[in-house]
Amino acid sequence: MSDSNPLKPGVSRRTAVKALGATLGAAAFAKAIAPLTDWAKDQSVDDFLQKHYKELDAEAKEKVFRRLEAETKEQYGADVTINDPQAIPGTKFGYALNLSICVGCRKCAEACHIENNHDRKSKNSYIRVLEMDKGSLDLENGRANYDGPVPKKNKFYMPVQCHQCDAPPCVDVCPVEATWKEPDGIVAIDYNWCIGCRYCEAACPYHARRFNWEKPQIPKEEITPVQGYLSNRLRPQGVMEKCTFCMHRTREGRMPACLEACPTGARVFGNLLDPSSEIRWVLENKRVFVLKEDVGTKPNFFYFFDE
Amino acid sequence: MNIKDRSVIFLSIVKSSVIIPIAAAGILIATTSLAYWIYQRSFVPFHGHEAQSEVAPYIPAKTHEVHLHPSPETPSVSTDLKNFKGQTVELSCANCHSTKTPNRDLREGADLKDFHQDLTVAHGNLSCLSCHDSENYDNLHLADGTSIPFSDTKLLCAQCHGPQHRDYEHGSHGGMTGYWDLSRGPRVRNTCTVCHDPHAPAYPQVLPAPFGAREPAPEHH
Repeated sequence: MSDSNPLKPGVSRRTAVKALGATLGAAAFAKAIAPLTDWAKDQSVDDFLQKHYKELDAEAKEKVFRRLEAETKEQYGADVTINDPQAIPGTKFGYALNLSICVGCRKCAEACHIENNHDRKSKNSYIRVLEMDKGSLDLENGRANYDGPVPKKNKFYMPVQCHQCDAPPCVDVCPVEATWKEPDGIVAIDYNWCIGCRYCEAACPYHARRFNWEKPQIPKEEITPVQGYLSNRLRPQGVMEKCTFCMHRTREGRMPACLEACPTGARVFGNLLDPSSEIRWVLENKRVFVLKEDVGTKPNFFYFFDE
Repeated sequence: MNIKDRSVIFLSIVKSSVIIPIAAAGILIATTSLAYWIYQRSFVPFHGHEAQSEVAPYIPAKTHEVHLHPSPETPSVSTDLKNFKGQTVELSCANCHSTKTPNRDLREGADLKDFHQDLTVAHGNLSCLSCHDSENYDNLHLADGTSIPFSDTKLLCAQCHGPQHRDYEHGSHGGMTGYWDLSRGPRVRNTCTVCHDPHAPAYPQVLPAPFGAREPAPEHH
């Protein structure tokens, strides 16, 4: 009977099983939170504690912009200036595109790629040019990966980018308000506030938003040095990005990069509120339509044909 | 009746007559404000987004100019002669044409014997002298015979291509760079002949740049 004395020294089976369970539990917990420690590695405390763009005062903005400039220098070796030009009061930006004279050369997509500091390997661009059969407007069968000399016979070309909608579904679905309408109509993203859930990408009927699957890789001499906090600065991995009508240029009075690159002049940009602007002339005198009008997004990007 | 019994009765009176209505009102207020909050966040954006009507439209002063690039120049013809510096000698049009009799029927470079044989002409039904001025080959002429310098080529094109000229004048035809806001900087515009060869004006085919060509993610059924 003395063999089964529970008070005898040594480790009982119950204790051993308990210890094993505790060890496994601790190991599983450590494994489960491992991604969190990894994630914290490439994020500074300042970055983590940064407030939403709209809550930053002038002083805080200055700090953030200088920090991002230093990070760009450190990670890419490039000297850049980051700023946030504000909307010009009394402007609402609009864009119109003449489908009759677009030849599908994708020079706009190239200019966007360079201006907006897109990842070089993916040849990413905010503009997707769809090749479709003449006489149709069948977006489902529009091809973006066409090749060979353009324009092809019996085809037409429709560049699609962010339409800066007045009722933007992408803004409505954002769970953290990382994207919003600016006073001049531009839909902006705070790349540092975005959590990368990609709801907005799914919500956009124009497929205008892109996700940074990887950290963009660009040789330092190719980086566009004049950067906007809400537009073309280098985006971190895991956040959404989109066309901003080149906010950093257009709010300084310049044309968007895609317009300057267009060899045929198919693109017309300007202030929709100015009755004497070129864009207003197009809206008043051309046969203008918007893409997927039925979904109620109220785009500020218009397409037109010549007579 | 002791104190305990009294308090029980008092509490039961309070419960039935006061607490229930107060609680009901509280729940109603909470539900209403929650519903309003949800409405504000989810439906108002669809109705809102009206243009800011208080702010006057920004109409920039046109303090900067719109330049033509490049300004069209009077052409010259290269010869196979070299000057003492080894540079190709270029001759003005009048150099040869002043001594030659104009041939109004000529339409093709291939029909010529001395110069311009390699010139491809694919421009409607025009002949050389539809545009070139036979009185002064360093000039062009309009349909009414008015002689115009090469720098006014746009006017010549506009005679037949009215809609394109109208669109050009309203900024919706022809490439440009610079400022949309002319109070902040100038704009540079292409002339007709930058993109269109006047002898064969159809815009040529080009190879597309390889950017943004990735298809949208394939659908998974």
